[in-house]
Amino acid sequence: MHAEGFFLQAFVYLSAAVVSVPVAKRLGLGSVLGYLLAGIAIGPFGLELIGEEGQDVMHFAEFGVVMMLFLIGLELEPGRLWRLRGPILGLGGLQVGITTLAIAGVALAVGQSWRVALAVGMILALSSTAMVLQTLAEKGLMKTDAGQSAFSVLLFQDIAVIPMLALLPLLAAPGDGAHHGADHAHGHGGHVPWVQTLPPWAETLAVLGAVALVVVGGRFLMRPAFRFIARTGMREIFTAAALLLVIGIALLMAQVGLSPALGTFLAGVVLANSEYRHELEGDVEPFKGLLLGLFFIAVGASVDFRLISESPGSVAAMVAGLVVLKLLVLVGLARVFRMGLDQTLLFAFALAQGGEFAFVLFSFATQNAIFGDEVAAPLIAAVAVSMALTPLLLVLAEKVLLPRVGTKESVARPADEISSDSHNDQRAIIAGFGRFGNIVGRLLRANGVKPTVLDNNSDRVDVLRKLGLEVFYGDATRLDLLHAAGAEEAKLMVVALESQEQNLELVETARKHFPHLTLLVRADDRFDAYRLLDEGVDHVYRETLDTSLAAGVDALCHLGFRRFQATRSANKFRCHDEETLRELAEMRHDRKQYMNHARERIRFLEETLQAEHHDPTERDAGWDVESLREDLGG
Amino acid sequence: MTDRPETSGDGAVRFARRVLILLAHPALEKSRVNRRLMAAVRDLPGVTFHDLYQAYPNFHIRVEREQALLASHDVVIFQHPLFWYSTPALLKEWQDLVLQHGWAYGTDGTALRGKWWMHVLTAGGRRSAYRREGYNRYTVRELLVPLQQTANLCGMEFLPPFVVHGTLGMTPGQIEDHAAEYRVLVEAIRDGGVELGSLQNLDQVNDRDALGKRPRETGTDGVSNDAR
Repeated sequence: MHAEGFFLQAFVYLSAAVVSVPVAKRLGLGSVLGYLLAGIAIGPFGLELIGEEGQDVMHFAEFGVVMMLFLIGLELEPGRLWRLRGPILGLGGLQVGITTLAIAGVALAVGQSWRVALAVGMILALSSTAMVLQTLAEKGLMKTDAGQSAFSVLLFQDIAVIPMLALLPLLAAPGDGAHHGADHAHGHGGHVPWVQTLPPWAETLAVLGAVALVVVGGRFLMRPAFRFIARTGMREIFTAAALLLVIGIALLMAQVGLSPALGTFLAGVVLANSEYRHELEGDVEPFKGLLLGLFFIAVGASVDFRLISESPGSVAAMVAGLVVLKLLVLVGLARVFRMGLDQTLLFAFALAQGGEFAFVLFSFATQNAIFGDEVAAPLIAAVAVSMALTPLLLVLAEKVLLPRVGTKESVARPADEISSDSHNDQRAIIAGFGRFGNIVGRLLRANGVKPTVLDNNSDRVDVLRKLGLEVFYGDATRLDLLHAAGAEEAKLMVVALESQEQNLELVETARKHFPHLTLLVRADDRFDAYRLLDEGVDHVYRETLDTSLAAGVDALCHLGFRRFQATRSANKFRCHDEETLRELAEMRHDRKQYMNHARERIRFLEETLQAEHHDPTERDAGWDVESLREDLGG
Repeated sequence: MTDRPETSGDGAVRFARRVLILLAHPALEKSRVNRRLMAAVRDLPGVTFHDLYQAYPNFHIRVEREQALLASHDVVIFQHPLFWYSTPALLKEWQDLVLQHGWAYGTDGTALRGKWWMHVLTAGGRRSAYRREGYNRYTVRELLVPLQQTANLCGMEFLPPFVVHGTLGMTPGQIEDHAAEYRVLVEAIRDGGVELGSLQNLDQVNDRDALGKRPRETGTDGVSNDAR
């Protein structure tokens, strides 16, 4: 493809996305549906801007799914994954098993052979990871019961693809198995895996070796490597390294015949505990988003409207049958696993479609001569339509069904007991873990609040992590990193970066994109404080104020003052100084001429000291018997 | 939770009495009863609620602000747990600093004349423990004598306390009942629905049946007797 053609294509895809996604979002339909509509519009049955190459684009864009699973892995620490083993194996296993049998039963009933029926059943049991996770994440439903369960099922399905690929060739009609395993169009790659040429024992060894390489390498090699790269301070090289990692693992997995999505997911899980997690998320996220968008466009473009228009009835019946059958199985399972009614509906409607793996598996099955195109083509169309229906079904479930069901939460329990755990949900971010941020962070941790800490000094991050603190590497002024660190859900952010310029930059970014965040900002001195107050920051902390006052109190004590009196005086000084600071911050602008800093400082000192002498309420008169003596003694 | 005194509701609506509640509890996060009592009254329109430990964590009480608050209210309710038969430390500090000679008492100290002083307190022991034969030997009312005399010296009228006894083994339902009763009491005081002078001879305000169950019984004599 030469450059001009490429740019033309890119232009078509990008404009389709840029036009349709905001419109779909605006209509409350979600971005996935927007992409699909864009795909239909520019596809062979719309404006005919893209034709057959749509299939190639889809293969390329499937890499977005790989990246998505890498990102999901990053969010999922090994401990959490382990806790999910029940739902993954139980819920996922049962979903795939029961759905396979149910669909196979229908296929048998319409007169297919048991081989064809079983193959179709397996292939259609899968749901669309890309469609479901993207839609759920966009609706903010990933953390719900339904979201977690859907994720578990999808993860099991991704794993289940591997044995399916092994099983399908065995289902080839007897005497027609010549293609056995040869044309292994596996996963997202589509070329012959090198391991297939090895004897079985070596094949097993190679697979295990590859998995071990990902786990061990991720654990012990990637972190020093990232640290080395981070130290160069070149952002684009870090991004390049992140992409290299994902692509490298995808290639490795394809070589040994495993799903690349599964491999990168594993790498993500291994790196979930690392300090580079948020930086990696920030770097890979935009690529994932674009590729997934491209993927959805390709799905939209691949819907074969000619076939559908030739036999609309039978395709519609297949889509309806597929969706309803899956819904029934999913609802049943959700009830068995004791999900609430609202969660059951969400879970079932989310997963009631065919998946992108079906495209791969159908072509694999035809290559293995299990069935011909006359079976596969309408099914592929049905899967594509069911995928396109998913966002619509979820909108239906959310807007129409759920309001009728209502949440069956227990009725207003007498509000009581702020449980000590409740602080743990209060998310806080600390940007900059130097001498200032780290004291704040330690105090929070000592009180059971686990802040998300960001710091861009890779050596310091390294040391702190060795001490067992959860610190992430990254430049906190970057918007994508703030997103990755959970700034949307966080309640407050402590801004304590190295320089005031960085602090101001971060304050600006945060106020613009996360106006809900309470900002607590470190200031070097009073003039920094002015600038921050000008920016509208309420909580400004001059770094040396309290230490200097502590030294002042000690000085007074050495001069013979009682410690209590000296301390109260320092307290008063502090209150006064804070008030004056705010007054002067405003006054500063009234005086048109710039005053030099020294004069301001002197004026302030005079003001404070004089107030101390003349204002009677400034003394602790309640402890002072002077007036009482005058009154009574007379 | 705010560290400034808060008044709920529309400032334009006039109530018979302006009520100030000063809460003193050093560990509210561990409290069961005081937190519920607080929740029952803090949103009452026309009532100013002031959480002292939240406002002055370093015991650095701002005397001027506290005096201004007292000056602008008619009834002061001190809500606190009973610590060693008295108030928590910060409330003692508050008395020492805010009730200044020459302002609250003494020849020129007339700022608080005619205002009302009342305690709303929680005690672990049952009421039966607070009597001659009980292990606490004195009634709560008797134990509050130093505070009553403080009010007296400031020219304030002392009301019997509203006491929630036996907080240690209390069920959530019982706590809710007390909280509801407290709310009715504060509303009645605010609206002039109770003649405060008639309460003064009670041992505890809780003894006044009317407050919880028949709040309007004294509605006829209205605002008449509250000294102003």
